[in-house]
Amino acid sequence: MKRYFSRKLLIYILTLILAVTVDWLIPRFMPGNPVQIMIARAGLKAESAKLVYSEYMKAFGLDVPIWQQYINFWIALFHGDFGVSLWLFPRPVLRIIMDAVPYDLLLLVPAILISWFAGNNFGAFAARSKWLDNTISPLGYVLTATPYMWLGILLAWALGIVVHIFPFSGAYSYGLMPSLSWKFIGSLLQHWVLPFMSLFLVMFGGWAIGMRNMIIYELEADYSHYLEALGAPKNLVRRYAFRNAVLPQITGLALQLGVIVAGQLVTEIVFSYPGLGYLILQAIQNHDFFLLQGCFLFIIIGVLIANFAIDVTYVLVDPRTRAGMTGEA
Amino acid sequence: MGLQVENLTVYYQTLKGNVQALENASFNVADGEIMGLAGESGCGKTTLGHSLVYLNQPMKFIGGRVLLNDQDMPIADMEAMNDFRLKQISIIPQYAMNALNPTRKIGKMTAELLESKKVSFKIIKAELERRLDLVKLPREVLNMYPIELSGGMKQRMVMVLSTLLNPALLIADEITSALDVASQKAVAEMLVEFRDQQCCNSAIVITHDISILYQIADSILIMYAGQLAERASTDAIIHSPRHPYTKMLISSLPKVGVRYEEKKLSGIPGKPPLLLNPPRGCRFKERCPLAFEKCDQVPPFEEIAPGHFVACWKESAKNAQA
Repeated sequence: MKRYFSRKLLIYILTLILAVTVDWLIPRFMPGNPVQIMIARAGLKAESAKLVYSEYMKAFGLDVPIWQQYINFWIALFHGDFGVSLWLFPRPVLRIIMDAVPYDLLLLVPAILISWFAGNNFGAFAARSKWLDNTISPLGYVLTATPYMWLGILLAWALGIVVHIFPFSGAYSYGLMPSLSWKFIGSLLQHWVLPFMSLFLVMFGGWAIGMRNMIIYELEADYSHYLEALGAPKNLVRRYAFRNAVLPQITGLALQLGVIVAGQLVTEIVFSYPGLGYLILQAIQNHDFFLLQGCFLFIIIGVLIANFAIDVTYVLVDPRTRAGMTGEA
Repeated sequence: MGLQVENLTVYYQTLKGNVQALENASFNVADGEIMGLAGESGCGKTTLGHSLVYLNQPMKFIGGRVLLNDQDMPIADMEAMNDFRLKQISIIPQYAMNALNPTRKIGKMTAELLESKKVSFKIIKAELERRLDLVKLPREVLNMYPIELSGGMKQRMVMVLSTLLNPALLIADEITSALDVASQKAVAEMLVEFRDQQCCNSAIVITHDISILYQIADSILIMYAGQLAERASTDAIIHSPRHPYTKMLISSLPKVGVRYEEKKLSGIPGKPPLLLNPPRGCRFKERCPLAFEKCDQVPPFEEIAPGHFVACWKESAKNAQA
């Protein structure tokens, strides 16, 4: 057990180092100097531009050799310093990300978890009979094949413009400031419904189809047939099949939860929802390399933590993984 | 008493039509008898065995009657059969090695299965442990997952589980096929032991390995292409078979003490017919050296000597003259 987890941990640490390095490389090897772009936008005179340029290069730590930049980057990272944003200068990147993350969590955690539960149960239900399968499964295929943003636009148009039920822009009314009042929370929920629905419906279709296929496979497995041949009631056979069919779905859930921090780029853009996805778009449009790098770093850590959590969960739910731990593997 | 099967006909439904895998089978298995059911691949022996306990799609019940201890078995009704499965009729399936749910401990699975059949696991636990001793499985297996057992252990575990409620009839489908020769013998002997200890009353042992049947079976039923060919005591089948197919089948087996260096083992020339559209009458006629015009009609499965049934026009003609 200990050996298994220490080995896993080592792999995760190596992955982290590699991913962070790539994350650091990307903005540096991208064409264009962010500082220059910033100065050009300010439209300064040549001499003062030169002065500001060298000041800024020093401020962002870009005047030292590249290998030293890399080391400085790691040192700063261990101090929890992600750098300073260019777009929202001089706000620190970490603060900007931290302001955006709650909106991601608010939107994606319920969307993923509820769609997972509902989709799995619905898929298992569809596998019960041919009649249900023929009616429910096509619906699932249509839903899962729908692009998020297209459904988002459709929902915004139908429920926001044609019938004025829900607002479809921002996370709360533009006339309000974030506060812990009922008015603000109510507005938050109102703005939350449409992006939530567009995410929920598409994911729901995917989970339902996945579960339906898995459970049909499990019901055709030898152990299911044996139980039936011994006269076990249907609900016992289904319960076993469900438990085994849900294992791959747990992996899927982990992957989805891991990218939560990435937000849902297109959905958030459609609804101008100020999550991390929206932030990434802004960072790219504004050549804000530090913010982009910070966002990616956040996603990397999120994916790794989620994967580790799922490794642990698997050990708990599937005895076959436990058997592998005693061996050399 | 025992098992009576009358005119049982079971087809497989396919897109191309019905595969006539079991045609008009009638036979009895006496109380306490172990009957071997043999034949080559695709002759319908597994179809016969499975149809008695678990007649699922694409198998389709066409007609016939099955009586177990004078009680009608609703074999065509999947739901109604649930009351009889495990308690009256049980099966050790061909896939015994994969028959246990991989994510449940064996003891827990057994308990859940029994509770779902309204049988108290607590009461039966002592008997379960006794049977584990009988098949030489440690009692700890109940606390293990199926992956922790070897193939042979799983096979024996399934044997114990299938017979736990002392069924009147046990169907053992190819239980020795996946085992090495040493384990084959052990498993075969365990089956006899189970019968002797009243863990099951009578048994049908499905196999293509006649040498195993010679060791354990009281009688043998030979099938060919979905039809019953011959049924007699084990001795009679091995030493004095009457049906041409049985004769050729037995003569193609290697014999103890005979060297086959000079004389090659002879097989049966030809191939069995496709059962999607089988020939009329006796299905063996195309390979049979004795075939004549009358073989275009289905020969009756006739008792030509006490307990010796044969489906062959030649034999029934001899019988009529005698």
